[in-house]
Amino acid sequence: MFNYFLRRFGQSFLVLIAMSCIVFLGVFAIGNPIDLLVNPQADEIERVRATAALGLDRPLYEQYFTFLKGAASGDLGRSFVFGVPALELILSKMPATIELALFAMVIAVAIGIPLGLVAGLRPDSLIGRSIMAFSIVGFSLPTFWVGLVLIMFFAVQLGWLPSNGRGETTLLFGVPVSFLSWDGLSHLLLPALNLALFKLSLLIRLTRAQVREAVLQDYVKFARAKGLSQGRVIGVHILKNIMIPIVTVIGLEFGSVIAFAIVTESIFAWPGTGKLLIDSINQLDRPVIVAYLMVIVALFIAINFIVDLVYSLLDPRVRLGQSSGGGH
Amino acid sequence: MTGLQETSQASPHVQTPFDRFWREFAESRLALLGLAVLIIVMVIAIAAPLLAPQNPYDLAQLDVLDGKLAPGEQSMGGKTYLLGTDDQGRDMLSGIFYGLRISLSVGVMSTLFALGLGLVFGMLAAYFGGWVDTLIMRIVDIQLSFPSILIALILLAVFGQGVDKVIVALVAVQWAYYARTVRASALVERQKEYVEAATVLALSKPRIVFRHMLPNCLPPLIVVATVQVAHAISLEATLSFLGLGMPITEPSLGLLISNGFTYLMSGKYWISFYPGLALLITIMAINLVADQLRDVLNPRLKK
Amino acid sequence: MSVVLEVENLQTHFFTKAGVVKAVDGVSFSISRGKVLGLVGESGSGKSMTGYSLMGLIDPPGRVVDGQIRLNGVDVTGYDNAAWRSLRGNRLAMIFQDPMMTLNPVLRIDTQMIEAIDAHQKVSKRSALDRCREALARVGIPSPDERLQAYPHQFSGGMRQRVAIAIALLNKPDLIIADEPTTALDVTIQGQILFEMQKLCRESGTALIWITHDLSVVAGLADEIAVMYAGKIVETGSVAQVLDRPMHPYTNGLLSSVPSSNVRGQPLKQIRGMTPSLLAIGGGCAFRDRCDYRQALCDDMPSLTTSAVAGAVSDTSHAVRCHYPRNYPGHYPRVA
Repeated sequence: MFNYFLRRFGQSFLVLIAMSCIVFLGVFAIGNPIDLLVNPQADEIERVRATAALGLDRPLYEQYFTFLKGAASGDLGRSFVFGVPALELILSKMPATIELALFAMVIAVAIGIPLGLVAGLRPDSLIGRSIMAFSIVGFSLPTFWVGLVLIMFFAVQLGWLPSNGRGETTLLFGVPVSFLSWDGLSHLLLPALNLALFKLSLLIRLTRAQVREAVLQDYVKFARAKGLSQGRVIGVHILKNIMIPIVTVIGLEFGSVIAFAIVTESIFAWPGTGKLLIDSINQLDRPVIVAYLMVIVALFIAINFIVDLVYSLLDPRVRLGQSSGGGH
Repeated sequence: MTGLQETSQASPHVQTPFDRFWREFAESRLALLGLAVLIIVMVIAIAAPLLAPQNPYDLAQLDVLDGKLAPGEQSMGGKTYLLGTDDQGRDMLSGIFYGLRISLSVGVMSTLFALGLGLVFGMLAAYFGGWVDTLIMRIVDIQLSFPSILIALILLAVFGQGVDKVIVALVAVQWAYYARTVRASALVERQKEYVEAATVLALSKPRIVFRHMLPNCLPPLIVVATVQVAHAISLEATLSFLGLGMPITEPSLGLLISNGFTYLMSGKYWISFYPGLALLITIMAINLVADQLRDVLNPRLKK
Repeated sequence: MSVVLEVENLQTHFFTKAGVVKAVDGVSFSISRGKVLGLVGESGSGKSMTGYSLMGLIDPPGRVVDGQIRLNGVDVTGYDNAAWRSLRGNRLAMIFQDPMMTLNPVLRIDTQMIEAIDAHQKVSKRSALDRCREALARVGIPSPDERLQAYPHQFSGGMRQRVAIAIALLNKPDLIIADEPTTALDVTIQGQILFEMQKLCRESGTALIWITHDLSVVAGLADEIAVMYAGKIVETGSVAQVLDRPMHPYTNGLLSSVPSSNVRGQPLKQIRGMTPSLLAIGGGCAFRDRCDYRQALCDDMPSLTTSAVAGAVSDTSHAVRCHYPRNYPGHYPRVA
């Protein structure tokens, strides 16, 4: 078990190094930031001076090693635009993104799993079909278009909820969060709903498919043959089995929620890392783009790692190994 | 078991595989509806210049004074626009027709390129196995563990805007799905007796791969490709909406929506809403068809 | 000898898109305390559906449309879900084919046993555990205390089936329905389980319906046999009657295809063709297309009668559904 995790860790590290190389090389190819950063009227001497100050005059491999060396000590360069360390900038925007992503995930789980259960248990009923239709629609809708409609409806037409910014934040363990005040919560609601919709549809489908498979299993028949109540058969026998793949998917999808937050944050002007990324791309703020990608890759690796761990804790077959003579 | 029965009762009217496929497909009315809508959308996209009330990109036909007219509102020149006009007085309906054309062609083209690429790599992995397989599949795995939007954004950030670059980005995010699908079904096919029989007959390797294995890998590939066209269209729209996709000279639906977003807050919803609706209808139609295709073509779900 | 279960004209139909499938079509039999009934047939003959019908476990699109199921003299056919639930696992128990699949892989054995008691009685956890331990010991599982803490994957296939049997026995049911419970097991394990089931039923007086496609299994185990074909019982009687003096061509065919010492040196016979689709049999004897002795009358459905073959001793308990019953040279297959 321990060896397995050690190997996984080694693999993850290699991926991280490879990604840093690709990201760095790729991002290096984006335009020439000097054009944007230096006053167009500036003379050649001024440009050369700025280029040297940013380290852009040195050979590519040297820049990469400088970058790697810095990265190892947590220094991913300085933002060309803001003049602050890029990592610091990203991390300062991270709580907003994480809060949005978590809130969206909570909405998706709280609504998606129960609906998926109903649709899986009654696949041919009106309600089962309606839930499936809803999930097909939710699957088809591009996130940005849903955001648009939400703004159009709740912000412009009804005027119930604000459509941009984060609203009032409260400090929770030193981290600013929105959901503790009504103003913050009202700002959080629309973007979170927007971000949740796709995962909500996904969870409905996944849960439904799992339930449909589970109800055909002999252990469900056997549980019913024992005279257990419907509630216990569903709530314990079915749910405990299907929770293993569902929890795994929820974990893995969390990374994708953070990635899709790029779109949602841009629409709702949510001051998170995604909006920062788009702004940075538009302003050719290379170090911020690189830092964002490195943070995201690290986050993805961490998520995969944690999901693996949780999975092995949930499933007794993995947790206890496949020994058939156990029980000592 | 049923196969034996069927051959023994060789019926007078010969049933082709397509007949059976079509009968099973037509079992879902929703899928038929999706197919009908999809055909209409495709006809509109192909014949946009013939069907559109105006050429939205011919500046001579535009009048800025007609800008931002609501659907059905009469312009100074006495014209009415069914879906209103945008800020430059462009007829939204025509804009949508032309936008569909661009969105669909980008989606279909990128899917075809990705399909070809994925097919080649998937087959290579399945056929050669060993380190070729390991290398290709490891790349596929790593790529698929990152959301497509993230990869596409980065590629576009690196390459800059342009139709060709959007297509490259869309191909890059899609090929891995095909490679994985092709490899999986090719491996299954490889175990089957007919491949063994073909090998015994000493048919050449390419012949075995292309004439024998490939046709049997097609059904799952068709399903994935259908889903992926919808995905590609949606992704292109998203990228264009974020301002990193199509250039303004190629106004896809996503770009139209992005253009109207500025006016959404002031209640001029139609500039964004109707292109979005067109996008939505297209994607939904494709997904409905894809869903039914999966049910019909997936032997695992067959009773 | 008291009758535990009487089934009369049981009809279980499935209402599918392709048409009504009469999975169980007029099945009648009865079984007494401590007796074993072997319900024999090929897959698709309706034997498992008969079992599920008796447990009230037929799900839509299936439904028990007609007939009576009398448990200890009480007609339970019209019972609602709650009433059936109070019978299941309590008066009626069922064991399934694949022991790898019947126990829930993510729940501990004690959870799966205690819930079976809790579903029917309010008892303290301690006394419930005592009963679980006792049940495990009865089916021959060593060190039940440790085993209760284990998960199913820590048991071998045979042990899992023993656990399933222990669960079925927990509430001392009047009837156990065993749906091919030994098919997935090794032959030696199969023998042990058969022996123990027989012993347990004799001791406790529990009646047992053993559903199987394997005549050699019921030969050593059952008191009576009912052979099913296409939803109907085609021949029924005591083990000796049905196996030694089969009168239905299908029973004869089944017996002839069992390898056994009686036919050493002779090629094995087989029944030609395959089980017909229940949608396509139409009227008449369902076996007629595969029967070597088909005659004109076979296009009408024969009834299950005790009509004796000319020259044979008339026997009231040996019934056959055939217009032309005859005495086939039976033989008594043995467990390998």
